[in-house]
Amino acid sequence: MEKITEIIKLQEMAKSVRRGIIEAVYRGKSGHPGGSLSIADIMTVLYFNEMNIDETNPNWEERDRLVLSKGHCSPALYSCLAQRGYFDIEELQSFRDIESKLQGHPDMNKVKGVDMTSGSLGQGLSVANGMAIAGKLDNKQYRVYAILGDGEIEEGQIWEAAMASSKYKLDNLCVIVDNNNLQIDGTIEEVMSSYPIDEKFKKFGFEVLTIDGHNISEIIQAFNKAKTIKEKPVCIVAKTTKGKGVSFMENQASWHGKAPNDEQYKQAMEELN
Amino acid sequence: MELKDKKVATRQSYGEALKELGKENEKIVVLDADLSSATKTNLFAKEFPKRFFEMGIAEQNMIGTSAGLATCNKIPYASTFAVFSAGRAYDQIRNSICYPKLNVKICATHAGITVGEDGATHQMLEDISMMRTLPNMIVMSTSDDIQTKWAVKEISKINGPVYLRLSRLETNVIYDENQKFEIGKAVQIGNGTDATIFATGITVQEAIKAQKELAKNNINVRVIDFHTIKPIDKEIILNCAKETKKLISVEDHSIIGGLGTAISEVLTDEYPCKLTRLGIKDTFGKSGSAVKLMHYFKIDREEIIKNVIE
Repeated sequence: MEKITEIIKLQEMAKSVRRGIIEAVYRGKSGHPGGSLSIADIMTVLYFNEMNIDETNPNWEERDRLVLSKGHCSPALYSCLAQRGYFDIEELQSFRDIESKLQGHPDMNKVKGVDMTSGSLGQGLSVANGMAIAGKLDNKQYRVYAILGDGEIEEGQIWEAAMASSKYKLDNLCVIVDNNNLQIDGTIEEVMSSYPIDEKFKKFGFEVLTIDGHNISEIIQAFNKAKTIKEKPVCIVAKTTKGKGVSFMENQASWHGKAPNDEQYKQAMEELN
Repeated sequence: MELKDKKVATRQSYGEALKELGKENEKIVVLDADLSSATKTNLFAKEFPKRFFEMGIAEQNMIGTSAGLATCNKIPYASTFAVFSAGRAYDQIRNSICYPKLNVKICATHAGITVGEDGATHQMLEDISMMRTLPNMIVMSTSDDIQTKWAVKEISKINGPVYLRLSRLETNVIYDENQKFEIGKAVQIGNGTDATIFATGITVQEAIKAQKELAKNNINVRVIDFHTIKPIDKEIILNCAKETKKLISVEDHSIIGGLGTAISEVLTDEYPCKLTRLGIKDTFGKSGSAVKLMHYFKIDREEIIKNVIE
């Protein structure tokens, strides 16, 4: 078991990450708060507990890598990177501004700590595979994480990539599916069901772990378990709530891609205090 | 310049050069989508099985995987037919390779109508156009064995995306072993002033044949071989426009967006004058032998001669 104090620390950090998300989207007057909030706990664990990274040496060859395939959730990534010290937290306020390095979708050439440019859905797992294959070729010990959306996996390329992750026995790869059950036009079932996600990945040759994506302890344990799986890739299906942490955003598809107004911003920040 | 008797398809030259390059550079990795015997990456695969990745009939994933490998300091050469790389995986090339400016070489074989009998579905006529519009992309289309072998090695020295267009058909070797090339600098063959024939890839040899025949009638033309289409060699275009009486471009590609368009963009900006563009005229290809198709679609020696004389 993880120490209770560690978990409390991570829970506090997740709150800070969420505040950063709201701050960025509010100041940018656009962006994607819903899906950013749903992966906030997972990304907090990754950036503050799990990943072997060094903010003073962002291009360190031995570092673990993360591909945020659902690139529209850049506010979550930027907020984690800022909290971790890759850049000043104040910069979150410049999100989506013409002068800002914090583009609407992550740009690896503009932001230190972003391992891959992303935004066009369905492409990140292939890229993560490439990173994992390179690691194997060079006998490096780093791990690669790919965060996918449950709507995103409607893209066919994901399944082309899943076949390859399995073929090349990428046990240094850990896929996380953010299963918040909502996409722009409605629920996953209504729009184009990707269910059952766990069974699909299993049949594609992955070891699948299903967890509560907001339970810090479960997230930590899943990443630990993932490291023990050999000769095949791991997929963590994380059951999450879109908009998690801000009451009026929770489970609302309408908060997929819009910014809070002044009042909503104030309320959200109070709830996240 | 005389065409040599030896005939080699540029896809064969690609495979052979890749094998050599693999020996010289450990960072080279090669990916293919179930066509390695046709794209000739099987030559590399046999020599370096650990650095060859068979990706199956899944081109979008192949391109994305190449991007990931490139972020980890590998130099991926990703190969399939032109229609399945530039066409099918366009968005992956755009967003996962060109936007982040990753060091991936897309080497596309079986370009143009000279694919032949497979017909329209497999004859890529829009790739130069699409690849040329992508920021950060260098677009190349080589004409013979010697030039292709040079290009395959040379592009490994550039840190960024390259699209190299190759042909299925065996064609005459044009250049001597010691010929010097430079990316972005077209090759001038002959100094004739009666006309300029701008060509690329497989049409260069047709232009050279036309040049030879025209010379018999005292019509002296020059041939410009554009192995690099982007960045385009502006200087040579402007010189030819000023020095020769007629300008003709010829390509195994749509006349929309290809070499002819690239040349006319330069002329429009800097030296407005007439350019006759030979190419596939906004239509799909069809089945047939490559030689017959070149004649049918009017991109062969005969058509070039006709346009010079007219």
